Parts: sequence; structure tokens; C-alpha cells
Amino acid sequence: MKSALRSLIDEAVTIIREVAAEFERPAMLFSGGKDSVVMLHLAARAFSPARVPFPVMHIDTGHNFAEVIEFRDRAVRDLDVQLIVGSVQASIDAGRMQDATGPRASRNPLQTVTLLDSIKEHKFDAVFGGARRDEERARAKERVYSHRDAFGQWDPKTQRPELWGIYNGRHKPGEHFRIFPISNWTELDIWQFVADYNIDLPSIYYAHRRQVFRRDNMWMAVSPFLQPEDGETITEELVRFRTVGDATCTAAIESSASTIEQVIAETSVARITERGATRADDRISEAGMEDRKRTGYF
Amino acid sequence: MERLHFATVGSVDDGKSTLIGRLLYDSKSIFEDQLEHIEAVSKRRGDDYVDLSLLTDGLRAEREQGITIDVAYRYFATPKRSFIIADCPGHIQYTRNMITGASNADLAIVLVDARTGVVEQTRRHSLLVSLLGVPHLVICVNKMDLVEYDQAIFDKIREEFETFASRLDLRDVTFLPISALAGDNVVSRSANMSWFEGPTLLHHLENIYIASDDNRIDTRFPVQYVIRPQRADTPDYRGYAGRVAGGMLRVGDDIMVLPSGLTSTITGIDSPDGPVEQAEPGQAVTVLLKDDLSITRGDMLCRPNNRPRTSQELEAMLCWMDDAAPLQLDKIYTVKHTTKLARGKVSNVLYRLDISNLHRETNIKELKFNEIGRVTLHTTSPLFFDDYHQNRTTGSFILVDESSGQTVAAGMLLSPRS
Repeated sequence: MKSALRSLIDEAVTIIREVAAEFERPAMLFSGGKDSVVMLHLAARAFSPARVPFPVMHIDTGHNFAEVIEFRDRAVRDLDVQLIVGSVQASIDAGRMQDATGPRASRNPLQTVTLLDSIKEHKFDAVFGGARRDEERARAKERVYSHRDAFGQWDPKTQRPELWGIYNGRHKPGEHFRIFPISNWTELDIWQFVADYNIDLPSIYYAHRRQVFRRDNMWMAVSPFLQPEDGETITEELVRFRTVGDATCTAAIESSASTIEQVIAETSVARITERGATRADDRISEAGMEDRKRTGYF
Repeated sequence: MERLHFATVGSVDDGKSTLIGRLLYDSKSIFEDQLEHIEAVSKRRGDDYVDLSLLTDGLRAEREQGITIDVAYRYFATPKRSFIIADCPGHIQYTRNMITGASNADLAIVLVDARTGVVEQTRRHSLLVSLLGVPHLVICVNKMDLVEYDQAIFDKIREEFETFASRLDLRDVTFLPISALAGDNVVSRSANMSWFEGPTLLHHLENIYIASDDNRIDTRFPVQYVIRPQRADTPDYRGYAGRVAGGMLRVGDDIMVLPSGLTSTITGIDSPDGPVEQAEPGQAVTVLLKDDLSITRGDMLCRPNNRPRTSQELEAMLCWMDDAAPLQLDKIYTVKHTTKLARGKVSNVLYRLDISNLHRETNIKELKFNEIGRVTLHTTSPLFFDDYHQNRTTGSFILVDESSGQTVAAGMLLSPRS
């Protein structure tokens, strides 16, 4: 009997190889978050004993958790892949956009400009992303091969039919595809893979004590980029991160899960979705993710 | 744990989204923040009930119009199995999205409203499920609460469907009387229908035997990618990566390469977990051979005494999916079949299928959006294929319009009519 995780691995490996075979210049987005870590490990297994035949790219807002950047550099060294960094700060310095200002400023939406500029600069025609359909309702609708026009836009109304395991990556010059090999994985599948293959993750995924403050019913981490406002008090709590993104809009959850097994036990009984529990950026509007995706976001 | 991939289809108001909501809710797979969200949206709209369809209708346009436009994928698990649900749109103009959702399914649930019985969309979707070769079908006669849980009504719909379905190629059909809204026979047995002795829907989904649905006899391995590390520690490694499309591959097996016809022996199989002795359908592996042959993407490995058909003249059922232009005879399209790209043209439409009554209409010169017909296809190079009913992977292809880049048709290869 085939296990569910086994089929997911086979599907993802097949998609990654298909893209390597069909596109001229693929790249894989890599943030150091658990989904992109799992995706990169799948790529390494897809081409073993050869090297991964494309670079990884990190779109860096400059507002990072230090542990994640350190992990990122270690991971690309261990897996022997080339790292390209697209810097939001560099885009701001070049006048491509203005920095977000104000007390609740986040560079999260600015990543889209840097991402699209980097895709253009390196002439990438396929960009792998670690998005999962169980994360969010707009992502639940997206194809594995997702077409982007010359402006990097996603048009959900004209998605190509995608039957069986046959993918259509035909595009015009200047257009590109976003590829989602782990579309069908759930948060629990990711953790099961991490457990079965003993995958190293940034330490902030496990319980640790951290200076935090309460905002919008979420625990935000104090950092050089995010400070409490009047009326918000700093306390030290035992927390972990369920998702890892820009430090200004990613919240921690109270947790004492310090091993993979404990995280799996906690995730199995979670009553709140991971983005619902941790992402300030999804709370902007009912269709926040769809609107961002339409303009070229991950 | 095994995974079952199922699609929900049926007409617009037959209650698909409510059924999915019920399955997710009763199996405790809805998260609190998702429920709070749809409660808040329902309230803001002035609804006096919680609209469970908001769980799957994730696009702005779908919420504005209150309809499902594109297939949504949802995931849930019970202690017995994990499930992927493809919630497919019911409207005719979104049939191509319905096909997208059903093409990979192990099972399809067709919903029928107990008050209206079998309607055109029930027939259309059942036909598509049959053409797509979905191995298992469940007809859920829904809204039994609105017909006083009357067994006679259930029996009549069952007969009506069986009369229609006798002309379809459906291997396994199960009928269930349910009420998605009230929860009868979805997750728990109905006290209102003691006359029904079959399983609940969830019990059926958890226990249906699917392991024998793969073709484990005819060995087919389309070569996807050649792995040549050219590293100091593996100077001679040359592996052929791909996904097993049928049969078994075993170390020591004799194989033949198509199109060259050259033969060799499998000396090793590498899986994502390292070397293995054998590989089964669906597995992504890298095959190592004894001899140094010229093999590229698009070639196929098979057993010397069990080869796929090889031809440049093919017959297929074709679903036309392009809303911009109809199928044009003798126009050149790109054909994508397994890992092989070719170009091809449709030279003849043998007949068009009238979906409502299965009549075959002849003297047809084109296929329009959402029409289905049997065609002859000529390709620039030979395809290595099997009848779609023998193998869903080696029997399927898509047509791509070379100027727009759109996927314009889905095809299922068939044996030529004798």
C-alpha cells in the first residue's frame, strides 16, 4: 500500500524534474521557511547524485529573524546550491519604490517589486514556490503550473485546464510560470516529512523564550524592526513560530513543543490554521491573498 | 496511511458545497478561524444561516456571484485515510475546470437533488466521469429531508440513473440517500432512513478498495530527464529519471527502449529514498541500465514482450476546452503526451457526442467550446501509447495552441474501431 506521504513525494519530485527538463532558466524560491526547506530537499533528491540544476533565490526584506538567515546560508552550503539574493533594500535604494513608513510599516508587500525585478534581471522563466493549497482560500484554487503575464500578474479567471499529470508551460518571451510542487501537502505532511527525513529547520520553529508583545490578538516578536506602541507591554513568553516570514508581520504562538514529535502532536490538534494564527498580512481584507497574488506576489 | 482523491460534481444547486462543509465539519476538519470567517461574511451579507460554500469558493468573483468557477482543493483526514477533495464547478461554461478536478480522481461523487432527480448536468457529469475513466462513482441522492425520506423516490432516481448509465462505461457505482444539510448518512447513519442498509458516505470513502486501480501489468516508463552528474565521485553515472506509468520495474528485468527498439537490463533503481529493488506505478525513480544506450526525454522503457502501441495515426475522444476558438481541422497544434512533445493535426471528426442523450452526430467539421467528439489525429512523430481504459497516463494527451499557448483540448486515446 502506498502511503499518502510517499505519493506526495513522488508527485513533487516529478514536477520538479519536469520543470528542469522543459524550462530554460528555472529558479527555486528559498526563504528558510519550512515549506521552502522541504521543497529544496525534494529537489536535491530529484536529481541525486547530480547537483540541483538551478539556483535558489531569496527575496530579502532586510527585516529578518537572525536565526533564519544563518540557517539559510548553512542550508545552501550543505545542499551545494547557488544562492541569489534579491534585496528589498537595494530596490528602495535604486528608487524602484519607497520604503514603508509609519508605526505599523511592513516591507512584506514591497517584496513583489523586488521579486519581479529579480525574475527579469536573471531572465527566469520558471520560479518554484513552496505554497500549499491548504494554506489559504485563493491558493486552494491555483494550478501547479501557474501562468504569469509580462507584468507578473495571475489571472484566476483564465487559468489553463490542468489534467492528469500533463503540465503546459508554454509562454511568450517576458512571461513566466510559478510552479508549486507541494500544492497538495498539508502543514502536517510537511512536519511528517521533516520527522521521517530528519530535516534541519531554523531553531525558531521550536519552543524558546522570547521578548514579545500582544498586538491584534497575536504575539509579535520585539526586534530592531518592530517595537511595541504605547499601551503594548513587553513580556517574555515560551513561544515558537508556525510560519516564518518577514519579521514585522509574522507572529509567534505560545508553545512548549521543542521537538519534531511534539510539534506534530501540537499541529494534529491545532484548531486555528497556520496563517490565521500567525500572519498579519492576511488580515487586510477578505481577498488579501488573491489581490496580492494577482499583482505578482508569491 | 493511504490517500483517496475524490471529486464532487453535479448540478449547481444540488448541494456540493454543503456536502463538503458537512464532511469537513463532522470530521472536525474545519478550523476555528475559518468558521469564524465564514460566519462573519454570512452575517455581513444578511444571511440567516452559515454559508458553508464560502469554505471552498475562495475567489473574489466566486463570492460576488455566489457560484463556483474553478476547482478548489481541500484536505482532510480520518484515522483510516487521508483525503483530497476536488470541489468542481457545476456550471456548463466551467466544464473544463470540472475536468481538471476529476482527471486525477480515484472516485467521483455525483450529487442529485431528490426533488428534481436526474437532470442534464447529472448526465453530462456522469458521462465525463465515465470518459475520464474515474474508477469509482457514488451517486448521492441529496436533500432526502425535503422528500420525507421517501424510499420510493430514492428507488425511482436509482432506476432512472441506471437506465441512462447502462450506455456508459462505469465499473463501480454506489447509490446513497443522504441529506447534507441535516447530516443523514454523511458521517453518521440516518435514523430517518432505516430502510437503507448501505454504508454512510464517509464509511464508503474510508473503505473502498482502490489499490487495484493502477495498471500493474503493462510496464511503461516514459523517460523524463537524464541524470548525468559528471562528478569525480560518480564519473559513469547515467540514470533515466521518470515516473512509473504502469507495471513494475525490477532490478534484473530485461527492458526495451522505444523508439530505438534496443534492449538492455536494469542494473539499479534509485528512488528519492535511495536504491530500491523494484518500483510500482506512480513512483518517481531513476533507472540505471547495463548498456550505454542513447536514450533521451520522450523515449519509453517497456518489456520486450509487452510493448505499447506505436503510431502516428491515432483515434481519440477529444474534449474541446478553448472558449476563444473551435477545433479547426488540419490546423497544427502541439501534442503533449507523457513526457513527449510532438505536433499534430486533427484530420477528421468521426462524430460528436450529444451529451444529453449520447447520440452520435456525424458530418461534423469542428468542435466548439465544451463539445466532445471522436477524432482521428495525425502526429509528426510516433506516440507510444495504450488505450486510455488500460492506462490513464499513457492513454492521455493535451493539445496546445501554438500561438496563444493555451491548453485547448484533452484527449483520450482509443483503439481504432474495427
